[in-house]
Amino acid sequence: MAQTYFNEMYHNGRAREPYQQLENWTQAMPAEFRSLKQAEAEALFRRIGITFAVYGEGGDPDRLIPFDMFPRVFSNAEWTRLERGIKQRARALNAFLVDVYGRGEIVRTGRIPGRLVYQNEAYEKAVVGFVPPRGVYSHIVGIDLVRTGPDDFFVLEDNCRTPSGVSYMLENREIMMRMFPTLFRENRIQPVDSYPTILRRTLASVAPAKCTGEPTVVVLTPGHFNSAYYEHSFLSDMMGVELVEGQDLFVEGEFVYMRTTEGPKKVDVIYRRIDDAFIDPLCFRPDSMLGIPGLMDVYRSGGVSICSAPGAGVADDKAIYTYVPEMIRFYLGEEPILHNVQTWQCGKADDLKYVLENLGELVVKEVHGSGGYGMLVGPKSTKAQIEAFAERIKANPGNYIAQPTLALSTVPTFVNEGVAPRHVDLRPYCLVGERIELVPGGLTRVALTDGSLVVNSSQGGGVKDTWVLAG
Amino acid sequence: MLSRTADNLYWIARYMERAETMARLLEVGARISLLPSTGEGFQSEWDSLLQASGTAEGFAKKYGDPVQRNIESYIFFDRDNPSSIASCIGGARENARIVRGALTTQVWDAINTAFQEMRALERRARSELDLTMLTEWTMRHSALLRGAIDGTQLRKDGWDFLNLGYYVERADNTARLLDVKYYVLLPSVEFVGSGLDNMQWTILLRAMSAHRAFHWAYGGEVTARKIAHFLILNSQSPRALLTSVEGVNAHLDRLARGYGRTTGAQAQARALLAELAELTVEEVLQEGLHEFLTRFIREVAKLGAEVHEAYLSGDQR
Repeated sequence: MAQTYFNEMYHNGRAREPYQQLENWTQAMPAEFRSLKQAEAEALFRRIGITFAVYGEGGDPDRLIPFDMFPRVFSNAEWTRLERGIKQRARALNAFLVDVYGRGEIVRTGRIPGRLVYQNEAYEKAVVGFVPPRGVYSHIVGIDLVRTGPDDFFVLEDNCRTPSGVSYMLENREIMMRMFPTLFRENRIQPVDSYPTILRRTLASVAPAKCTGEPTVVVLTPGHFNSAYYEHSFLSDMMGVELVEGQDLFVEGEFVYMRTTEGPKKVDVIYRRIDDAFIDPLCFRPDSMLGIPGLMDVYRSGGVSICSAPGAGVADDKAIYTYVPEMIRFYLGEEPILHNVQTWQCGKADDLKYVLENLGELVVKEVHGSGGYGMLVGPKSTKAQIEAFAERIKANPGNYIAQPTLALSTVPTFVNEGVAPRHVDLRPYCLVGERIELVPGGLTRVALTDGSLVVNSSQGGGVKDTWVLAG
Repeated sequence: MLSRTADNLYWIARYMERAETMARLLEVGARISLLPSTGEGFQSEWDSLLQASGTAEGFAKKYGDPVQRNIESYIFFDRDNPSSIASCIGGARENARIVRGALTTQVWDAINTAFQEMRALERRARSELDLTMLTEWTMRHSALLRGAIDGTQLRKDGWDFLNLGYYVERADNTARLLDVKYYVLLPSVEFVGSGLDNMQWTILLRAMSAHRAFHWAYGGEVTARKIAHFLILNSQSPRALLTSVEGVNAHLDRLARGYGRTTGAQAQARALLAELAELTVEEVLQEGLHEFLTRFIREVAKLGAEVHEAYLSGDQR
């Protein structure tokens, strides 16, 4: 199937406005200089120690995510619209969470099937009836966006739990500024380095009722073997707060404390980077070595805040995703600014029939899957792969959703032969606390293989610096 | 700070100091092997190195007979040997990675660069790598890290835990190096005071980068008595037991002042310092150097346990 893709830089034979400066930049760059810079970038990343370990793949635990030096650029007008759409979505998702752990109006009024909410694995019965400070469940909302035309943006999925990758957004920028200072003088690029400060302010703004005075914030990590450990440590460092593991925290009376060299110190806000299931073995998983026994009791009695709040995952489930536009209309009384991708739910008989008949043209994903695993990209698969996948769908249809294969936009990317278009997506990070804030930028992931539409770093994807130009 | 963070900092320092000691041991071995052979019934000097570093058993299991080349590899590169230089640098880097936020960029850089270069060394053919180059490489990186710590780390509790790690490890390591010489290297008591004996003492001094310092401090003949004094009781000597214990005390005192709280660690450190401060070489030799060192190593281990209990375990309420 021949498809034309929207090239974000070259459209109708000319460089689009936000990319105009970059045209001279690449044309003036000799090949030797480019490989020199690429090597310099890699050395910098290695020295900083940003690496990414992929679960279950073994091999080099110090693998780098490939960094492409060609930036991805948004004009101020493009960004303004995206920003409004993202904030709108973050507001609706949080309103939904407060609702479904409370009266459940959206279910009662028949807008979302109760089964999808209350029987969802991510629905946390332990927090029913509890409203977290400021009514915020998801404090960091990562919204994955793709683009198919000059004005066509689609939301691919929402990440309401603990979206990762923001450290790449920040480090990519640092490295670009260090390597190409001239570019930053010639283009008016909005800075992103306030992210850690805003994150800390957001977290402090949701301190629990029992906290008096300046709240103590910590980042909770599963530990240094986790693939995102670098990011946990980076964020805690940039915010100037402690990075703790489960073993560093304990519950006594109505509060949570961390073990310090000076004795116990009370903790007020926990930015957790571990899954719900591992938060508290008394409440969730008795076999968990990672959790803090008794934490949930303290949480529910207002002794500590947990960000994102336990139970937030029900909002970013791929089966719930379909209903987000409905949430926006229901809670905010607004029309969605950003659109969903058309989605077929294999759990529905009609949809299943359509999906099985058109597998060759669809992308099929597991409802609870992530990281680009367990998915089928129809147009890029062999007949045998498609048939095998069809069997898996039939065995458990409710576990799969399907979407059309989107014509993901491309951005020029440095490849061995020079510069060539490669497909990209975008993940901005929206912060929700006392205020809703978004730094102008995000993580652009790029599929480095020619023609590939899978941008996940675990599947050969790379990253780019993402610029938003000042107005 | 978090107890676990303090623990990581402490172990970064212990691992790096240990790596340096291993490099020094390798240098002792290389020099001793250049001496004329000492005759029958005497295990090779290289074997005694393994004994000294506490890695003899692991080595025997893996390689059998002590062959110089294998020993070099085992002490430098072998990840199966938890005390090898590669393992120590790997351990230091892993601990540093966990507490990146508590380290300055320069300190992290020093550790990470050592680790990355180590990996590059591991990929090279062993035949291209000369032993002296490897030991000097180790000491250079150890010095770079030390310098980065002294030059850039904030003088907060974290700095104290790094230094505690260095001094506790150094106290232990110097005692062990001394013990090797006296107990393991020399084939039998008849050799005490012989030419061989003195030559080995000189090598030991060299390995501690202290032979010139020694001559400045004492002059004349190298004797067991003088060296014992230099490495045990002379607080001018940077690796002496007394200096190390003084260092431990200084940093524990800073912690006690900063936290407004004294613990069992300070008590144990002070008791050890009090003993060393009053001790004479005669008393050490009377007790028997080996016996004294064995007891000292035990006391240092106890001190380490007290530090762990008071600050690193997080059990203090």
